Amino acid sequence: MIAYIIRRILYVIPILIGVNVLTFMLFFVVNTPDDMARMRLGMKHVTPEAIEKWKHERGYDKPLLFSSKEAGMRKVTNTIFFEKSVGLFVFKFGRSDEGRDIAHDISQRMWPSLAIALPVFLVGLLTNITLSMLLAFFRGTYIDISGVVTGVVLMSISSLFYIISGQYLISKLWHLVPISGYDTGVDAAKFLVLPVIIGVIGGIGSGTRWYRAIFLEEINKDYVRTARAKGLSELRVLFRHVLKNAMIPILTGVVVVIPLLFMGSLITESFFGIPGLGSYTIDAIQKQDFAIVRAMVFLGTVLYIIGLILTDISYTLVDPRIRLE
Amino acid sequence: MQPVFLWTDLLVYVLCISVFSFVWRARKREYLLAPWKRVIRSRLGAMASIILLAYVSVGLMDSVHFKLSLGTPDKNGETVYSSEVISLFDWLADPIRLAQEKTYSAPFATHLYSKETIELPDGSQVRAYQRLEYGGAHLEDTEKRWDDVFQIILKGFYKGTLIWALFCFLIIIALSARWKKSVTQTFSGIVRGSEDLPWRTLLFTFGVIVLLVTITTSLGVKYHLLGTDKVGQDVFYQTIKSIRTGLVIGTLTTLIMLPFAVMLGIMAGYFRGWVDDVIQYLYTTLSSIPGVLLITAAILILQVYMSNNPDAFGSLTERADIRLLFLCIILGITSWTGLCRLLRAETLKLRGLDYVQAATAFGVGNFVVITRHILPNVMHIVLISVVLDFSGLVLAEAVLSYVGVGVDPSMISWGNMINSARLEMAREPMVWWTLVAAFVFMFVLVLAANLFADAVRDAFDPRLKNA
Repeated sequence: MIAYIIRRILYVIPILIGVNVLTFMLFFVVNTPDDMARMRLGMKHVTPEAIEKWKHERGYDKPLLFSSKEAGMRKVTNTIFFEKSVGLFVFKFGRSDEGRDIAHDISQRMWPSLAIALPVFLVGLLTNITLSMLLAFFRGTYIDISGVVTGVVLMSISSLFYIISGQYLISKLWHLVPISGYDTGVDAAKFLVLPVIIGVIGGIGSGTRWYRAIFLEEINKDYVRTARAKGLSELRVLFRHVLKNAMIPILTGVVVVIPLLFMGSLITESFFGIPGLGSYTIDAIQKQDFAIVRAMVFLGTVLYIIGLILTDISYTLVDPRIRLE
Repeated sequence: MQPVFLWTDLLVYVLCISVFSFVWRARKREYLLAPWKRVIRSRLGAMASIILLAYVSVGLMDSVHFKLSLGTPDKNGETVYSSEVISLFDWLADPIRLAQEKTYSAPFATHLYSKETIELPDGSQVRAYQRLEYGGAHLEDTEKRWDDVFQIILKGFYKGTLIWALFCFLIIIALSARWKKSVTQTFSGIVRGSEDLPWRTLLFTFGVIVLLVTITTSLGVKYHLLGTDKVGQDVFYQTIKSIRTGLVIGTLTTLIMLPFAVMLGIMAGYFRGWVDDVIQYLYTTLSSIPGVLLITAAILILQVYMSNNPDAFGSLTERADIRLLFLCIILGITSWTGLCRLLRAETLKLRGLDYVQAATAFGVGNFVVITRHILPNVMHIVLISVVLDFSGLVLAEAVLSYVGVGVDPSMISWGNMINSARLEMAREPMVWWTLVAAFVFMFVLVLAANLFADAVRDAFDPRLKNA
């Protein structure tokens, strides 16, 4: 298994290079640093000197890929590609276009993100699996049908609606918790309750539907019939047999997102004023800070790939038949 | 009148032509029609199709753009056209579109939503709610507003019922001629619901839509049915106008990504070897980047490009349209990988089947094997995933517009409506109608699309029936 994991990690390298080249092309080749500078400094009254100064301060005045003026290794290293893109591989995110240290910002801001994303993930998982097992238990009855219909209806509602109506009802009308904001330590709890509830409710529709489908697929298999024929109660069949065997498809969808929890959610965080990575990205988008967006794209990719590798490892943990080779 | 062809319009036309050519081809071929009949036969599927058709017809009307002539020719005797590009729908909705108030007003209001300083004829000033210029302008006595509304609703109801009854009558006559039954037999068959297709459900849903249309249009001309927004534009008009944006994003995205996904997926599964490796590398790399971030990066770059090259885009409408198209392309790039992976797996399976092996053994070329044997047998997967993606894309538009990387801010869309209304949440009393209108219309479209997708999936892939 160690050999497998090492091979997987080696396979990740070409993918990260691909992502890196893609973002490099997007940010530096499609639009030149000159375009960026002009955009940031305002369109009309901008002198060439101001552009040069802006570029120089941020290191964008170097050649893109190859510097013919330098000697030796400096030919390759003193370029935008080397400084801005290769550095990402060792998590050297550099400075944002406004001069802030991105790595420091990220290490500060990932904890509030996690404080929301983790409870949403755990509570949501528990709720969805419980509800879908309930539906699977009552399959074919009116409870099941109305549950499925409710699921489709919940799925069809925009996530923005959940947030806006939740803020309106709970914070504005009933004054139960503050509308938005964040605090450190235990005080954070009162700010987190609402976003977590809304996050869970927003995921119920699609989540329940997805898990119900997985359970129903398992329920029609032979071993379930055998278990029933042995005289096991339906509840026991569901929990001891179906749930265990449904773990593989469940893990496929679940484990992948665990590392991404650090990234937080763009929408939730900006609506609730949580100073996490999601709102960091949104602010960067609105301020058109390309360095931050570039760093976040790379970070997101790395976390996603870690999620994929974790998924593979988790398979071996729940199903001894699977051996990674 | 001078026609204007926007890029998305052209693609919408391409889509329509391909749908029509499919219908024309399927007309006489029972095996192509059978699954679609199954879709309609499920009652929810039938209802959803009619609702979707209503949305699509608004979207199509909104996809025919032109410039109106200003009437007076210039000194060379050539007709001068207005610089404003409007659509057929705009033109039809003129009485609602042009009824611009000063600022916010509530649904059915006759006065503005907030007090303003009004100068009376005698020179004195008072703070009062100003009378609206268009909303309920026909009323002598604004106290009798609800009586008037009630009467308009009644009239709209009569009109709608009349149109619906006439339509039903024509349908029944046509069906009785086709089925070679008497009119009364056909009628009772439909009422009892004993026919092959659920005509009763279809006609009922159609009736509800006709009634809604007649009532809302007759109300909309006299009042601001859903109020007005900050600049006084009618919210009812805006929310209907948003339909096109939502539909374009939901359909063109898949239209754009489909050729790549289908071609690459089948190639990877069919040729295997290094072709497979390259294609797998391509989609793994693309799907590794979290979708929102890739979209964000691409749209940011587009914004920079657009602001540095303002001359490349003619009017504001064209500019917004290019951005919409680009958004579709980017969404397509982030969403083709799932379908590609599915198709690769399916092709790998099909490739080993006897009939494909036989064709290869007879010396049939790769291209012919793919187009004649593989492609028709993966079409159901393509169709199901296209229909399933649609509702997600419509919802994504709203979220992306909120983040600021969605459609152009000047384009009317549900996302932009929600985004602008969100800022009024803190207002006391709250301006709720824009939010409610956008959410309700979006909800109906997405719900219908989801139900339709379920029906399509059950019809084309019966194995998944219980899932």
